[in-house]
Amino acid sequence: MLIKTVFSGFGGQGVIMMGQLLATAGMVEGKNVTCLPSYGAEVRGGTANCTVVISTEEIASPVASEPEYAVLMNNPSLIRYQNQVQSGGTIFLNSSLIEDRPIRGDLTIYEIPLNDLVQQLPDHKGANVVMLGAFIKKSALVTLDTMIRVLKDTFGGKNPAVFKLNKSALVLGYEYLE
Amino acid sequence: MRGNHVAAEAAVRAGCRYYFGYPITPQNEIPEYMSARLSEIEGGVFIQAESEIASIHMVIGASMAGGRVMTSSSGPGISLKQEGISFLCALELPAVIINMTRGGPGLGNIAPAQSDYFQATRGGGHGDYRTLVFGPNSCQELANLTYEGFNLADKYRIPVVILGDGMLGQMMEPVELPPEIPLKKLPPKDWTLTGAKGRPSRFLRSLILDPIKEEEHNWKLMRKYEKIVREEVRWETAYADDAKMMVIAFGIAARIAKGAIKRLREEGIKVGLLRPITLWPFPSKAIRDLAKKVKHFFVFEMNMGQMVEDVKLALEGNGEVHFYGRPGGVILTPLEIARVISSQYYQKRLG
Repeated sequence: MLIKTVFSGFGGQGVIMMGQLLATAGMVEGKNVTCLPSYGAEVRGGTANCTVVISTEEIASPVASEPEYAVLMNNPSLIRYQNQVQSGGTIFLNSSLIEDRPIRGDLTIYEIPLNDLVQQLPDHKGANVVMLGAFIKKSALVTLDTMIRVLKDTFGGKNPAVFKLNKSALVLGYEYLE
Repeated sequence: MRGNHVAAEAAVRAGCRYYFGYPITPQNEIPEYMSARLSEIEGGVFIQAESEIASIHMVIGASMAGGRVMTSSSGPGISLKQEGISFLCALELPAVIINMTRGGPGLGNIAPAQSDYFQATRGGGHGDYRTLVFGPNSCQELANLTYEGFNLADKYRIPVVILGDGMLGQMMEPVELPPEIPLKKLPPKDWTLTGAKGRPSRFLRSLILDPIKEEEHNWKLMRKYEKIVREEVRWETAYADDAKMMVIAFGIAARIAKGAIKRLREEGIKVGLLRPITLWPFPSKAIRDLAKKVKHFFVFEMNMGQMVEDVKLALEGNGEVHFYGRPGGVILTPLEIARVISSQYYQKRLG
């Protein structure tokens, strides 16, 4: 098994964090992982993307030619990645910000209206983790339990409230898709 | 862990207690990590210097006093440090210098590139000198080589350059870190300047006005470099046994190439990979030995062709070399490089 996922969006949307959480969860489950972030010099705005490879064998290249999954947070990301995803692959898109739809017929598309979903969360934050919840539900790359554990390790130490918020965001996304 | 953090932690575990640097992307996580980590350790010193030139000279000072010391930067910053690197070599001082290369020349950009191969292996500083240069390709290897780099630097009294790139510095991989060395276990040094109380005074200087003595000094350095060439060359090969064409690449480019070769092997295309781990000393003999079986070599670098010169020098005409390079911080995917390799393979009628 060797599965490549690309996360992409504006800088500030939490794209790198999604990749880092997924890679850490993969590592916790005993798989080989690489996580390759790429972003511009800007703190916010600009484009950010993150390639995560999860594998049971040695990972030669951390760069993905044809990812199985693309998680897209804004319209420029859709334009950039829709043709790179391999045939039979899956796109998760943030339908609150992305108006276009891929023209390819050989992909599975999941639409997640993140802006609407975060209204259910305190402070209306955590859209990236909602997306991550939806992503692990359908990709089954890592389990929900592992991801909750990783959220706890990542956020729990500094502020338990932040962990709680992220956990509810994760579960919200996980339960949104059937 | 992120590559930059890995290098910093491995250095501390190898006994590095002194870090001097000046910020530059894409290696800023090294000073960031060092500033926190060294402040927790007794005797740890972290200084963000006023410039790269100041930081490399602080390295000279700490090394003279016997400490394990490191600095890090990226292309333009390393250019500024070259003068100090030449002095480190002349004074025979150990130090570890990390270069997370970015696109150049000039200020270039902050994307990963391999354009500093010449700078690292030939040295941009003045005088006849060499530095040991490692080209790690994963976070694990970065940890191991940084750690070992400190030992080799002390063993040979030579600066060791870790030539990474922006991608290695930024990417995250699981890593098993080497154990921490207690400072007391480090081998003693009999040449350091620590105050001459109770012993005759020592001299460390790079100004040797008498040409005969300077020549002697150069020969002494030369003999040391020859010993390193004999004993420290490292490389690895993959899929080499039945290969009709060998790809030669280092660092991250070698990983992308390996991904490409895996694809090509599935199509029955017989290509292998040789990856130099030490860039100086270069694995010339390994390449010459390969040329007895393989006649076609494909060099892939993320620059306009630098290591390819060492490959050609190694082959001395005993093999055909094709070069493909992408400079400027462009990251090729394995699929793209696979297409280029396979077109070259069929052009040479190997399959």
